[in-house]
Amino acid sequence: MSLAAVDTQRKLPDLDRVPRVDEVGVNERVARFQSRSIKKASKVEALRMVLSMIDLTTLEGQDTPGKVRQLCQKAMHLHDSVQGLPHVAAVCVYPTMVSVARKALEGRDIHIASVATAFPSGQAPLNVKLEDTRMAVDQGADEIDMVISRGAFLAGDYAFVFDEIAAIKEACGDAHLKVILETGELGTLDRVRRASVLALHAGADFIKTSTGKIQPAATMQVTLVMLQAIRDYFYDTGRMAGMKPAGGISSAKLAIHYLVMLRETLGNAWMTPEWFRFGASSLANDVLMQIVKQETGVYQSADYFSKD
Amino acid sequence: MATPENKLAFDGGWEYSPAPESTDHIKVEKKYELFIGGDFVKPESGKYFNTINPATEERLSRVALANDADVDKAVKAARKAYRGPWSRMKPADRGKYIYRIARIIQERAREFAAIESLDGGKPIREARDVDVPLASAHFFYYAGWADKLEYAFPGRKVRPMGVAGQIIPWNFPLLMAAWKVAPALACGNTVVLKPAETTPLTAMKLAEVIADAGLPEGVVNIVTGAGDTGSSIVSHPGVDKIAFTGSTEVGRIIQRALAGSKKKYTLELGGKAANIIFADAAIDEAVEGIVNGIFFNQGHVCCAGSRLFVQESVAEQVIRKLKDRMETLIVGDPLDKNTDIGAINSKAQLETIQSYLDIGKQEGADIYQSACALPDKGYWCRPTLFTGVSQSNRVVQEEIFGPVLAIQTFRTFDEAISKANNTPYGLSGGVWTDKGAKIFRMTQSVRAGVVWANTFNKFDPTSPFGGYKESGIGREGGLHGLDAYLRLEA
Amino acid sequence: MAAKAERSKERVAVAKTYKIYIDGKFPRTESGRYFTLEDPKGNVIANVCRGSRKDFRNATVAARKAQPGWAGASAYLRGQILYRIAEMLEGRREQFIAELKLQGVTQRAAQKEVNASIDRLIYFAGWADKYQQVFSAVNPVASSHFNFSVLEPTGVVSIIAPDDSGLLGLISNVAPTIVGGNTCVVLASESMPLSAVSFAEVLHASDVPAGVVNILTGLRSELTEHFASHMDVNAIVFCDGARKTARTVQELASDNIKHVVARTDIDWNRDSAQHPYLIRDTQEVKTTWHPIGS
Repeated sequence: MSLAAVDTQRKLPDLDRVPRVDEVGVNERVARFQSRSIKKASKVEALRMVLSMIDLTTLEGQDTPGKVRQLCQKAMHLHDSVQGLPHVAAVCVYPTMVSVARKALEGRDIHIASVATAFPSGQAPLNVKLEDTRMAVDQGADEIDMVISRGAFLAGDYAFVFDEIAAIKEACGDAHLKVILETGELGTLDRVRRASVLALHAGADFIKTSTGKIQPAATMQVTLVMLQAIRDYFYDTGRMAGMKPAGGISSAKLAIHYLVMLRETLGNAWMTPEWFRFGASSLANDVLMQIVKQETGVYQSADYFSKD
Repeated sequence: MATPENKLAFDGGWEYSPAPESTDHIKVEKKYELFIGGDFVKPESGKYFNTINPATEERLSRVALANDADVDKAVKAARKAYRGPWSRMKPADRGKYIYRIARIIQERAREFAAIESLDGGKPIREARDVDVPLASAHFFYYAGWADKLEYAFPGRKVRPMGVAGQIIPWNFPLLMAAWKVAPALACGNTVVLKPAETTPLTAMKLAEVIADAGLPEGVVNIVTGAGDTGSSIVSHPGVDKIAFTGSTEVGRIIQRALAGSKKKYTLELGGKAANIIFADAAIDEAVEGIVNGIFFNQGHVCCAGSRLFVQESVAEQVIRKLKDRMETLIVGDPLDKNTDIGAINSKAQLETIQSYLDIGKQEGADIYQSACALPDKGYWCRPTLFTGVSQSNRVVQEEIFGPVLAIQTFRTFDEAISKANNTPYGLSGGVWTDKGAKIFRMTQSVRAGVVWANTFNKFDPTSPFGGYKESGIGREGGLHGLDAYLRLEA
Repeated sequence: MAAKAERSKERVAVAKTYKIYIDGKFPRTESGRYFTLEDPKGNVIANVCRGSRKDFRNATVAARKAQPGWAGASAYLRGQILYRIAEMLEGRREQFIAELKLQGVTQRAAQKEVNASIDRLIYFAGWADKYQQVFSAVNPVASSHFNFSVLEPTGVVSIIAPDDSGLLGLISNVAPTIVGGNTCVVLASESMPLSAVSFAEVLHASDVPAGVVNILTGLRSELTEHFASHMDVNAIVFCDGARKTARTVQELASDNIKHVVARTDIDWNRDSAQHPYLIRDTQEVKTTWHPIGS
């Protein structure tokens, strides 16, 4: 099947044919990723890779243009006392803040991602969601992080969820679409696998675990299941899709475990910010502390790293 | 739908730097003596043999070679200890000594893991996460039985057997020693243990632990050597019970040798387990189960899932995923914490495996091996698949004891069962399906002592292990494992 | 062949032909051979089939064929069938007593043996749905798995029945073997084979599926080796005190790692000769693992 064919022939797949997931087996596999020992050069390389994959995020009711400008500053200048650090992949903000971010990041190769579609609950009519999406894109968002209608999904109305994603994808135009499954509300890994397949077939460029507003947010377990769905989709269609775990990944060590998992599930082609992101607000500083520690051999204090 | 060009790439890119387990704290002596009567004594033979590191082909140590006279000394020491303190001791006190062994192994866990890896070639991760903790847990479990034995066999009185002669293999040296020694001691027996000639070191470390734990002298005696030492134990008239783990070939010789004697015996022998994947299985976890089933411990596992049966409708998908998964397996330095598949235990075993690879190819099977790099020195085998085989292929019928999987497909439940049971072995089996009723029918139908449903190669001290048919006689582990070391009386 | 005294009476007795029991049928031995059984006075009691290696082979084929179905029968049903055997035997008490007497057993001992035989069948019938509960286990493994061990029949069992206890000895070894779902091929007592053949008739009338119990008569010296060496037999129950034969049995059993259950010096009349460990002797322990998760 050609790439073009996939794009024009969006069709809800038979979700009964999606492979089942065994939770205990997934836990065992995750434990194996966690037992990989990443040291020395491979650690330094990983830490830099993690930084480059971060979607630096602020999604608060109390967000102001000032806060967003500070975030953008951090995105551009992670820790200038260390030479040659990469910048983050994107900043992630509400639609109303997209124009602020656009201006702050003028001329920089840092993407602007915006949540849309009545984030975080997704409880709004489709026209509102579409308008939300178009507005964010018009304001300059490169990427749209949408939430699926979990209520409809849990009620078994897969066609509704599928059509909604497909419609938002149309509304995105050239912007990339990340589909948030909000796995913490789906309850089982079987549902995560099915929702992933559904979203991929509906046109998602990325699938993403969580809004960060619901616990549990990203776990290695759900991320593994989603990566496997991406792999199977690639096997079947040849189309690569990206993965974004978000929420709850705040340590460098954990982020490296995710990279191990990514490498051993999807291979090297996915190990770039184009195909993998961390949605996080506090991960960057822990990674920076680790990088400085690797360089100096001395354990670091948070006091020496700017919060934003 | 699936096209070959939709291929994942696992080579190049971000690689894991070497992460070797530190060995500074490991002390391997230049020479090991026999452990008899609580002392480390020189062999009567005056001879020593080399134990080498299969990953480097370098000598690790020289180990005493026990002859008939040494075995005789060990059996006499065991008999004395049996008559003397051990069988008369308060059972709870016996238990306390065994608990001590469990604890000391925990304290010295890293050292044990590293030596196991050095001497046998297994990945440090497995030695660290599986062999050593399970060995300790085994002692801990059976220690608790020592003063509760009368509850294990309703309506019977139990008595120890006396002196147990125990012969263990090279694939899980410390763990097999634990499987043998712990229940024997808990039941009030004394022991003469012979580790395998290629992996004697952790047994000698266990001797140190036993000495440190203060066990009365002679309760555990460890004699090192090869087949001759083993047969000397088997034929010694002062031995009351033989416990053997190893090949069916040697098990047969032992059973024959014991004919006419009053010695009890348990035999833990070979296997050629079927691992059966139904279309409705959790496929990705099943692929992990296949990998764990055949590549765990380089495939040097008697219960390895060496015959894979995949339902036809998912065969292509499963094999594709399996091949991709194999590309992520790291073969190499056993001491590297990231190594998945270590060194083949010995040159002889590598030759055996290679001969089977040749046989498979000659028989017309398709061979697939992962593309990983191998070290220059040492004994290595890439993870290997054979497809296009049937029940009549030798690589399907015979135990290879290496990282070599033979894959067949099936259409129906009955076909799967009939093929799975079409073997003289019956040690273990695996079943993967999401349907509960099918699991139970399947696990009932597989003629094997251990059946893993939606999992594989799991072990626990509380869980009995042992085979049907030519895979052996008796069980080890759990309540049922006590039976091997007790006489039951009315 | 009745005693001379009876000949003078009016009715001419009908003598019984003692045949072997294979696959629910009563053929003569394929070999056509016989051996003569005499009473203590030297009178001929019967010409008994001298079963052959080939008879044993046929019996083993029948036992193997019957085994999965018998093992698959519910424990309740197996118990009922064993109970049914006891009922049938009870109804033929007098016949069995007379037959034992014919083979030289005293009236009192014969009565005792037949009574004990019936009771032993009842005893093992009752175990059918209980031994599993006594001998199985749920094992509390440390990982997230449900793990349990149950007994399963080892398969086909060959039995060299006790020589000195023609009926009770045979039943005491057959009942615990079959109650656990095994099928068997039995070599009857050589010196007292008649009760075994008549017992086969009881089995035949008791809903025991064909092939579950197969009974041969013949010479131990000739057949024991085959009972021990057959590659499709999973266990041999061996009731014979001779050291030399025991050695041979063990040696031959090793060809396919057969379980050897030696039962010697047992007084089958005693209550202590019945216990569920006799069932367990021909069982395998199967341990099953399954993840606990969602």
